[in-house]
Amino acid sequence: MKAVDQARNALAFLEDEVHERAFDTLIWGLRVRRDAAAREVPEWEDLRTLASQIKEHTLANLAHYLEMFEASAMRNGATVHWARDAHEHNQIVDDILSSHGARHLVKSKSMLTEECELRPFLQRRGVQVTETDLGERIQQLDDQPPTHIVGPAFQKTTKDVADLFHRVYGSDPDRADPVYLAQVMRDHTRPLFLSADAGMTGANFAVAQTGAVVTVTNEGNADLSGNVPKLRICSVGIEKIIPGPEELAVFIRLLTRSATGERITQYTSHFAKPRAGGEMHIVLVDNGRSDRLADERFWGSLKCIRCGACMNTCPVYRRSGGLSYGATYMGPIGIIMMPATDIRRYRELPFASTINGSCSNVCPVHIDIHDQIYQWRGVMNDHGQFSTTKKAAMKVAGAVLSQPGAYRAAAESGVAALKVLPHFALYNRLNAWGRHRDVPEPPTETFHQWYARTRGRDGTGGTSL
Amino acid sequence: MSARDDILGAVRERGPATRELPRVPDFHSAPDDLVDLFTMALARLDGKVAQPGSDVQAWLATAFPDARQICSAVPEVSGNVDPAGFSDPATADIDVTVVRTPLGIAETGSILLTETELAVTTAAVLAQHLVVLLDPADIVENVHFAYRHPAFQQAAYAVLLSGPSGSADIGGVTVHPAQGVTTLTVVLLP
Repeated sequence: MKAVDQARNALAFLEDEVHERAFDTLIWGLRVRRDAAAREVPEWEDLRTLASQIKEHTLANLAHYLEMFEASAMRNGATVHWARDAHEHNQIVDDILSSHGARHLVKSKSMLTEECELRPFLQRRGVQVTETDLGERIQQLDDQPPTHIVGPAFQKTTKDVADLFHRVYGSDPDRADPVYLAQVMRDHTRPLFLSADAGMTGANFAVAQTGAVVTVTNEGNADLSGNVPKLRICSVGIEKIIPGPEELAVFIRLLTRSATGERITQYTSHFAKPRAGGEMHIVLVDNGRSDRLADERFWGSLKCIRCGACMNTCPVYRRSGGLSYGATYMGPIGIIMMPATDIRRYRELPFASTINGSCSNVCPVHIDIHDQIYQWRGVMNDHGQFSTTKKAAMKVAGAVLSQPGAYRAAAESGVAALKVLPHFALYNRLNAWGRHRDVPEPPTETFHQWYARTRGRDGTGGTSL
Repeated sequence: MSARDDILGAVRERGPATRELPRVPDFHSAPDDLVDLFTMALARLDGKVAQPGSDVQAWLATAFPDARQICSAVPEVSGNVDPAGFSDPATADIDVTVVRTPLGIAETGSILLTETELAVTTAAVLAQHLVVLLDPADIVENVHFAYRHPAFQQAAYAVLLSGPSGSADIGGVTVHPAQGVTTLTVVLLP
């Protein structure tokens, strides 16, 4: 498949100032609230360290904990299925549904089912699938993938949703009011829960000791999807396993604070056993995770708890929009997860980053995200995945940076050039970064010039810092 | 080989070197007033706390004057819908469900519900309004203490509910209700 041109897609997003500004404001607001939430917990850094250690321990002993989870789930009366990849996962779900004659599935948001492209798979087989998370439903109705892993429709304005619901449900297009629009959705969705043949949820966590599948939601839709129909299916990535309730507490305290700045979501739900007279099926999915676990550079990305904090803090994500990545997972975490699934298709993603390290600084489970982004650039080079422009630029940069004299000359002439170069020379098609950005006023001298003037070569020019 | 054996084999052979599971402390900090903390935390997600005294029945009539279908799973309130005796779709018509929780969390303003408190658990999600009785003595300090509750080892379904259903999916503005209850009121009653 053709490589995703993230920079070009971002350009299209930036052309539309209304959406660009609304998105940036909304997403940065989440980051600000995350900071406030973290500050009010004195043990915040201890929790992050614990979360990272728990995940690393569990991933290092994953077979043990998967077997423990399976035994617990079976003891609870659930049926456990295993899927090597997306296709096996989708086939298992389809088999469960068809063996029960289930034609209508209500489901809550699950990034795993997005990753597996379950919805189109089932729809091709005649199963009606209704997304019940408001944001996910909006994206489904508009035939778009999620733009953010926590708020799938964050890239849409309230007016966009009013227009969409008018088109689909015939609601008032002039009432761009979230309360009204949520009510429209509630009125149209609640009857579907009651008539559905089966319900499906993903998993934020799967608890090995108890066999419980845990979902963290605001809307109550996972509880309705999982509890109203007699047939419940839970799709669980194998990296979601944690040892027990004691460890779960650490993640519950971190997840929502990192995601939205609230202390907890309205619903933290633990599904352990089938409801009375019903069935519970759990599908454990690998889909590339065991390969990643074997890679000593990148296995740490499996610690991810899908809070989206790295996306919210990322200047590139905020100014590019989620769709620009052309991927299930977007932003910094997407950059380090997607190339493993298709190196050619996602070869440009590692360059959609300033490597400022902010993503790693907010990550609640201490994934070294920016280091991994940097390493993925190396992987792209090793695999001959650099574009022609990038190769040419790297060649010049390599020559200049390897020789201090050449670097100084380039820096001095660069400062001089910035003062006199016309706008078109700085902002041309070869410089993706120049688009929609202005460089700061050029300094009057380089650091080396300043140092030579104020400190002098004999080191007597100034005080020590 | 089965998918199960393939996956277990792969993660067993190729995973990173083993490391210790850390002990999780309870981060006990002896806060002053758990009821105050609980009330403030619940208010953050638009849940309310009421202290109507012992006559909950009278309070309920004032708080929900239009309620026709009341499902009560507590002896303090008599409703007109049997909490165990209806089919699921009917729960969507309930105006108010009243139930007692065995646990509150001061840190997050959460209450716990399982099938022990409410045989048909959908009555807690599908009802329009949820009223939850909570003994102040059952409030614990934080999430670590909460997860020691036996429900998290035994319950078929356990939910920590921390506010009425809501969504911030449109424009990042939190609104109520989403798909679950419209209001959540916690009544402090030993």
